[in-house]
Amino acid sequence: MQKQAIFQSKLLPYALVAPQLAIVLIFFYWPALQAVIQSFLLQDAFGLSTTFVWFDNYIELFRDPAYFESIVRTFLFSFAIAVSSLSFALLLAVMADKPLRGSMLYRTLLIWPYAVAPPVVGVLWIFMLHPSLGIIARYLRAMGVDWNPLLDGDQAATLIILAAAWKQISYNFLFFLAGLQAIPKSVLEAAAIDGARPMRRFWTVTFPLLSPTIFFLLVVNIVYAFFDTFGIIDTMTRGGPGTSTVTLVYKVYSDGLLGGNLGSSAAQSVILMIMVIVLTGIQFRFVERKVTY
Amino acid sequence: MVEEEGFRRYIAHIILWIGIAIVAFPVYIAFIASTQDNALIANGQMSLLPGGHFFETYYQTIFVGTSGSTREPVGNMMLNSLVMALLIAIGKIAISIISAYAIVYFRFPFRMAIFWIIFITLMLPVEVRIYPTYKIVADLHMLDSYAGLALPLIASATATLLFRQFFMTVPDELLEASRIDGAGPLRFFWDTLLPLSRTNMAALFVILFILGWNQYLWPLLITTRDDMQTIQVGIRKMITTTDALTEWPIVMATAVLAMLPPVFVVVVMQKLFVRGLVETEK
Repeated sequence: MQKQAIFQSKLLPYALVAPQLAIVLIFFYWPALQAVIQSFLLQDAFGLSTTFVWFDNYIELFRDPAYFESIVRTFLFSFAIAVSSLSFALLLAVMADKPLRGSMLYRTLLIWPYAVAPPVVGVLWIFMLHPSLGIIARYLRAMGVDWNPLLDGDQAATLIILAAAWKQISYNFLFFLAGLQAIPKSVLEAAAIDGARPMRRFWTVTFPLLSPTIFFLLVVNIVYAFFDTFGIIDTMTRGGPGTSTVTLVYKVYSDGLLGGNLGSSAAQSVILMIMVIVLTGIQFRFVERKVTY
Repeated sequence: MVEEEGFRRYIAHIILWIGIAIVAFPVYIAFIASTQDNALIANGQMSLLPGGHFFETYYQTIFVGTSGSTREPVGNMMLNSLVMALLIAIGKIAISIISAYAIVYFRFPFRMAIFWIIFITLMLPVEVRIYPTYKIVADLHMLDSYAGLALPLIASATATLLFRQFFMTVPDELLEASRIDGAGPLRFFWDTLLPLSRTNMAALFVILFILGWNQYLWPLLITTRDDMQTIQVGIRKMITTTDALTEWPIVMATAVLAMLPPVFVVVVMQKLFVRGLVETEK
């Protein structure tokens, strides 16, 4: 697709793209290239000399059970966050899509958590579920649950999944609502005339027609769980207890910063880049095809 | 209309209010905690109703900060966050709209190559190239500066793509007309294209402002001086590892203050927000 009506100028277009090109080259391509190069290098303990080690950093990573665990953990987190947040948001969107009084107010009251930053989400949730002072933790203990996410890895993971899913409800709700409103009412009326009850109408008509939205949101939620959970994890558990809440992004951060293992951190970055490119590729293909049944 | 009996509507209202309660509860608790006494909270004796320390706590938070962990007034952190968010939003819109203009309205060698170079950046968030970017910013002596906070986050293609898409829908007749009026490329851009792009720019601004305000990992790495901290970084540093020392009312007041500007933007500019969100995700 190209414009027919255009301007003629030799230098002006270059001047116009120059600022963005410069920023992208300096702050995007150069560091990305550095990450790739660094992933093939090994630095000695004092950072004085580096040697080219081919794929050693990568091989070591895949031999490291801790790395493998964090891959599995990241995918489990993503899956749990996506499924819980998507299903709850879909329920709310289906309800808000009905012709109700005050539906605009409902929308406003449900979408604002989108604007809450991940570290703040972490602070809000650790405060409610903090073992010694959390207001919900108090009730949990009263019910006989031995609640201590600061010591119990599974509980810490649950806490992070809950907080991350909570933040994502508003985003999913908004897109589900838009998807629902795009479904032609005539289709639903036809199903109603055929005698399909509301529940049946939802599963046989609405849900299939919503499949492109669901798929799109699934990918967005997974990418969200990969990256934006960093702030939540860092304020709530800092990867602990032990390594039970260390995700891939958190590991890149902590290995590079605390461990000072830059070669390994760079190799992890490169693997992460490849994962994101694959996810984005899948998303583009589906968005273009606009899958419906 | 499909039948919707009273009973079902009733259920819908109830489910929606339960949803709203779940969504709002953590924030309500945060607000309540910010008005109460720290000793009470630390003992796990917090009540579910507001306490009497509202003015005292918020005054101390904004103008003084915590007495133990960060000792930096949150007002200053908010200022840093505001500057960073504005730089990211305005900077990104400015550089993107002119490069999209060049790509759509001119033919020049390497035009498509440049388009692709920009386009690819869409795929990779700053997190995956964090340490090399840190090193470059350090080499450029931009640690602890607003430029260092904002520039690496400006390097992305979303806005360029959005403006490109929009420019493609602008009818060619407009350009012909302004050319007859004797307008050159810059004049056409300024007098015709910019006014037409106003809504798009506003929608984009809303989204970019929120994303900028909420940045965390990058500011965490490149700010070392306390007076350059953003509010998101500051709040994390307030939670000390030894729980006993955490000043929870101040932490919670900071959380509330950190939420206020972006939530305000979402609620007040809801139309633009929704539009921006949907468009940037395309």
